[in-house]
Amino acid sequence: MGASVMLFMTTMGLYLVGTVFFLAYLLHRSEALSKVSLAVTGIGFVSHTAALATRMMAAGNVPLTSFYEAMSFFSWALVLVFLGVEVRHRIHVLGSFILPLALLSLLSAAALPKEVPTLEPVLRTVWVHVTLSMLGTVGFAVAFVAGIMYLIQDRLLKSKRFNVLYTKLPPLDFLDKLNQQAIVTGFPLLTLGIIAGAISAEFARGSYLNWNPEQTWALVTWLFYFVVLMGRLTVGWRAKRAAYLTIIGFAGVVLTFIGVVLKGHGPVT
Amino acid sequence: MNIIVVGLSHKTAPVEIRERLAVPESRLGEALSRLCSYPGIREGIVLSTCNRVEVYAVVEQLDSGYARVQEFLADAHLSLSSEQLTPHLYWHADDRAICHLFRVAASLDSMVVGESQILGQLKDAFEVALAHKSSGVILNKVVKKAISVAKRVRTETKIAETAVSVSYAAVELAKKIFSNLREKTVLLVGAGEMAKLAATHLIANGVQHVMITTRDPHNALDLAKRFHGVSIPFDEFRSEMAAADIVLCSTGSSHYLIRTEDVQRAVRQRMNRPIFLIDISVPRNIEPSVKDVDNAFLFDIDDLEMRIEQNREERQGEAVRAERMVEDEVGVIGQWLKSLEVIPTIVALRNRAEEIKRSELDKTLGRLGTLSLQERGLVEGLASAIVNKLLHGPLVTLKEEAHSAGGTMFVEAARRFFNLDDPTTSAPLDEAERTDRLDHPEPLITPVQVSGCTALEPQSKQGTSDEDA
Repeated sequence: MGASVMLFMTTMGLYLVGTVFFLAYLLHRSEALSKVSLAVTGIGFVSHTAALATRMMAAGNVPLTSFYEAMSFFSWALVLVFLGVEVRHRIHVLGSFILPLALLSLLSAAALPKEVPTLEPVLRTVWVHVTLSMLGTVGFAVAFVAGIMYLIQDRLLKSKRFNVLYTKLPPLDFLDKLNQQAIVTGFPLLTLGIIAGAISAEFARGSYLNWNPEQTWALVTWLFYFVVLMGRLTVGWRAKRAAYLTIIGFAGVVLTFIGVVLKGHGPVT
Repeated sequence: MNIIVVGLSHKTAPVEIRERLAVPESRLGEALSRLCSYPGIREGIVLSTCNRVEVYAVVEQLDSGYARVQEFLADAHLSLSSEQLTPHLYWHADDRAICHLFRVAASLDSMVVGESQILGQLKDAFEVALAHKSSGVILNKVVKKAISVAKRVRTETKIAETAVSVSYAAVELAKKIFSNLREKTVLLVGAGEMAKLAATHLIANGVQHVMITTRDPHNALDLAKRFHGVSIPFDEFRSEMAAADIVLCSTGSSHYLIRTEDVQRAVRQRMNRPIFLIDISVPRNIEPSVKDVDNAFLFDIDDLEMRIEQNREERQGEAVRAERMVEDEVGVIGQWLKSLEVIPTIVALRNRAEEIKRSELDKTLGRLGTLSLQERGLVEGLASAIVNKLLHGPLVTLKEEAHSAGGTMFVEAARRFFNLDDPTTSAPLDEAERTDRLDHPEPLITPVQVSGCTALEPQSKQGTSDEDA
């Protein structure tokens, strides 16, 4: 576990440096900074993967049972998605938005207790719920970032401010597609995550749902994204509206998390 | 006699002013006739594009010439007073006016330095001036020189390689809205030159579906064939707009063709997919408040300029070379102009001498009574020899001094010594002679050149014809 924490701290440091470089890249005309930022992020990701693997070996199960682990995994998956998009589309500027978010979630993870919890046997499968929910959340986070970038680019185009940011941001419809793709992928994952959580709860507590505030809030979030997704597919809630909605939705997700963590509930929804 | 230019451009006047001054092609002839009816204006050309309205004129006197041309511009639009206009105008005379024209033609003064439309527009303006006989010996020569200088600049510098035009800016903006132009549809409203160029550029960048609408359905059909697109009836294009991702508008209409509610409806029908509207028309054809419609992105000619502004610096290096070329050429044409002023003087001087010789010979021969053919020949020879010997000095001096700094002084002196400005003895460029000169150009302007110019770019003429509809 010591090695894992050390790798974790290294990762955090690298993501911090990567964030600084990516933000500098955002404000400077030069493209050279993107190479440094990407290299640092790549090394950070390798270190992060090693940290998770070390932890998994130490715990003997998938390291996704505590909030600390969940947040760390979230950050890892977010960077993974970014690197995937980067490799395919070469949109460096995405890093300027995603990496700060990844860093932020790592920092919040660092504030949480790091010991591996000992789980009752009935909760051994809770990692399925956490993994799926977290992957769904990664989708929403990407949609959130795409939404913010969309609104910035939309504003720049509307106000005809052709600055450095304008030249670096990708085309509007790319951002809208990214937003759509993220929700379309994230929503089913969250749905499965919630179902897995309900099944775990049924095993652990004998009820699928006991309508505590966190569960209720999670269902409201799910419903919200359901409406957003349906709105897009049927009545054209895309572009600017989709951007706003996904930003609001992600704010809801973050609030749910904070609520759950502050209440000190177990990992089960 | 001076060559002057009075005008305004995107550098000195906003689109709101330019669109009010712009002269539609259909009314250019009338405007030229009006221009030449002002006293003291001998020749004139009006260059009216979306980026500039300029009047080039040959005037008898500089100050009154400036005043007349400014009057002409102010009269063109009743809602603009001369006072409102003045702050936006620039005035140049002689070498500086010629230099300005050369720079304009070579696209050194354009929004996008190095763009090529301006040359075509200048050719069109020249052609109209030729057709209305408002361009005479001097402007013919100067404008043709401007066209050849522009061509030289294009071939000898890289100025046109990096800069393409407003259409380049349009494509660049389109790529900030759409990641893949291949699946996009462009709707071309009107057939202005710039819009056609922009469409060509978009197609070169992958756009595969083109819809075209013009007031003249034949024109739309022609263009549809050229762009492998479909033509749409003009009164239906607003309802078809939802199918277009990019709307390129460039007509000669004086009112808004696309209103906010049209765009709102289109965006609704498109289920909020973004629509990119480019209004290259001056006056504008798309209601400016369209910019407030969500998911609609409207750019007018000034917006494109702003985008282009940033790229301009990169081209400065090439532009400097081009400027040097222009300077040289201005020197060449300046020499020609000076000699031109001397030629009519020499002609007038010879005519005057011939006239005096003739009348004195008639008188003397009458008094001498009957002379043999040989004697008569001797008397006439004597008169001719005296006249020629006497004129030889002044003529040689005039020719020699034509290129010197004081050339005009010598010309002026000769005219006064020999009383050449007496209307009965010489009539430099009166109305009759101007017409005559145009019909029978002096050797300096060969008939071949003239016909070459009238045959310029029939395609572009065709293309702009519906703008005035």
